[in-house]
Amino acid sequence: MNRFSVHIHGWLLLLPAAVLLVLFTHYPVVATLYHSFFSTPRGSVPPVWVGLENYRQMIDDPVFWQALTNNLWFAVGTIPLSIALALLMAIWVNGKIQGRSFLRLAYFTPTVLPMIAVANIWLFFYTPQYGLLEQITGFLGWPSHNWLGSRDTALACLIAVAVWKEAGFFMIFYLAALQQIPPNLNEAGAIEGAGRWYFFRRITFPLLMPTTLFVLVNAVINAFRLIDHVVVMTRGGPDNTTSLLLYYVYEVGFKYWDSAYAAALTMVLLLGLALLAIAQFAFFERRTHYQ
Amino acid sequence: MSAVRLESVSKHWGASHAVDRISFETRSGQFIVLLGPSGCGKSTTLRLIAGLETTAGGHIFIGDREVTSLPPAKRNVSMVFQSYALFPHLSVAENILFGLKVRGVNVGERQERLTQVADLLSLDSLLDRKPSQLSGGQQQRVALGRAIIARTPVCLMDEPLSNLDAQLRSEMRSEIRALQQKLGITMVYVTHDQTEAMSMADQVILMRDGRIEQDAAPAELYHRPASVFAARFIGTPPMNVVALANAGDAAGGAVIRGSTTVIDALPGEGRLLGIRPEDIVIGATGVAGTVEYLDYLGADSIVKCRVGDELLLVRTPGKFHGVPGDVVHMEWNPASQHFFDAASGRRIDTLDTVARAAA
Ligand SMILES: Nc1ncnc2c1ncn2[C@@H]1O[C@H](COP(=O)(O)OP(=O)(O)O)[C@@H](O)[C@H]1O
Ligand SMILES: [Mg+2]
Repeated sequence: MNRFSVHIHGWLLLLPAAVLLVLFTHYPVVATLYHSFFSTPRGSVPPVWVGLENYRQMIDDPVFWQALTNNLWFAVGTIPLSIALALLMAIWVNGKIQGRSFLRLAYFTPTVLPMIAVANIWLFFYTPQYGLLEQITGFLGWPSHNWLGSRDTALACLIAVAVWKEAGFFMIFYLAALQQIPPNLNEAGAIEGAGRWYFFRRITFPLLMPTTLFVLVNAVINAFRLIDHVVVMTRGGPDNTTSLLLYYVYEVGFKYWDSAYAAALTMVLLLGLALLAIAQFAFFERRTHYQ
Repeated sequence: MSAVRLESVSKHWGASHAVDRISFETRSGQFIVLLGPSGCGKSTTLRLIAGLETTAGGHIFIGDREVTSLPPAKRNVSMVFQSYALFPHLSVAENILFGLKVRGVNVGERQERLTQVADLLSLDSLLDRKPSQLSGGQQQRVALGRAIIARTPVCLMDEPLSNLDAQLRSEMRSEIRALQQKLGITMVYVTHDQTEAMSMADQVILMRDGRIEQDAAPAELYHRPASVFAARFIGTPPMNVVALANAGDAAGGAVIRGSTTVIDALPGEGRLLGIRPEDIVIGATGVAGTVEYLDYLGADSIVKCRVGDELLLVRTPGKFHGVPGDVVHMEWNPASQHFFDAASGRRIDTLDTVARAAA
């Protein structure tokens, strides 16, 4: 009886969180999966079972493939760069330098700013003719360039914004992890004659592995669910060169109102992310030392 | 040749002088202990020698080289930290070999030295473990191993035993001492524990508020403390230090303040008497006192007696048969009396006491 009531207690305590989780996470996933097997209802035409038709359509959809390719490039451009920058900045502001609280704050600011505000600031940098970037290149005597309007540079511009925003956020995690490493280790290394780079390679970096893994999983997820910047800065243009997966899902769902196809796209995106996260954990788990 | 020499070395943080113009030197192969209460600047002194802190003044020599402004790696010292500072993600073997790898010692020699050190410290069966899988004592051995494998002539240790239980501590004490003698290392060892200092050291440097109170061998520290502070820091229970007064009779001489028995021929005013509890014998004659409190410890008892205005602790063998309120008489050899200046707290050595101590 006693044990039984303990169980009841436990479940009751879990209930609110579980309800929210089921209502807003699990149920929508299942519902989306369900809808992805039906056709999109149009006017008085009810949805009919179409099986994998929506998924087959994806294979023949060049815009989907372009969004996927764009997104992969976006990931390749943002993830290593933002993590490396985060680590560098963390090591720097963890040192004994003057005004380090100010530096920490400065690096963290991009994270505090709302996405839309960030996008707007950068929109100004990139503006043709009188944007900040144009003024600088103009001053240097370089030819004028429409950064966001050109097929060659639009995606790179988005990558720059994302790196700028993510690096400060990841830095906080690295900074926290660095402060967990006892300063004695550094001193022991110094007495043994380990140089900075050697010590970083053999001690600091391995000890930061749990953080790197965490940051990496977050970076991957963020890279594949970015949409705000695209909406504000390029709307996927020019010629879909900056259309990322989530933005494409949004377009299909809320511009073309093809909700069934959007559901199928969403499922593919979710599945991809889940596989990536599992692969990362499986790969790094063995190489990671948790304290 | 001195192995380690400090000349007027200072270190301060803001206005606080952690280490204030201290000088000492030690011969090669000596076990030297920096002793003192918490916060007196022992660790700072050690870290200055290691090069982990920069000096604000003075010179540090290791061997025949001045190392004052050299980085830690160039000073040719090894160090054991209070918290061991083992690398948590590396195995015991990798931890011990860390320094040799840094210096690019070849694999053959590395392996040979590892086997030797593991043998010496009985670590053979633990080499593949991570530090988190070791007990405190085992971690301590690994830290020792990492220090001695480098074969540096000087080894620095900062309270290496303070995280161990009493049993293990006394075991490790003799082990470290034996190791130091076997390898002929010069050891600079920091502790706040006077028992550790007395039992391990060739030379004790007693520190107080960033200065050296006394620099002497353990026996001298015990038998001829240079000040009241030194006298009371060594020994358990600490030395009795009581105020003296001039004896009332015509002959002069000193009495314990508030009592009548003359204990010294010179006037007592302005002097303090130091007498160790273990040097006092309770008997039929001598200074009279009243028992105030008894503490039976098994092998001996501590008896607290009131003599005039002062209290004396007496260590007496076995169980003391008496109750508080009893009047007892205490005797001691005049040679075991120490006198200190009441104002400065420094030791007073009259020709008389020197002669008696020598006799
Ligand atoms: N990094 C530091 N910053 C400021 N004060 C310090 C620092 N390290 C030590 N001190 C001060 O210097 C004094 C001596 O410290 P320390 O050498 O650690 O003493 P001990 O090892 O004898 O206990 C203390 O008063 C301590 O507060
Ligand atoms: Mg200390």
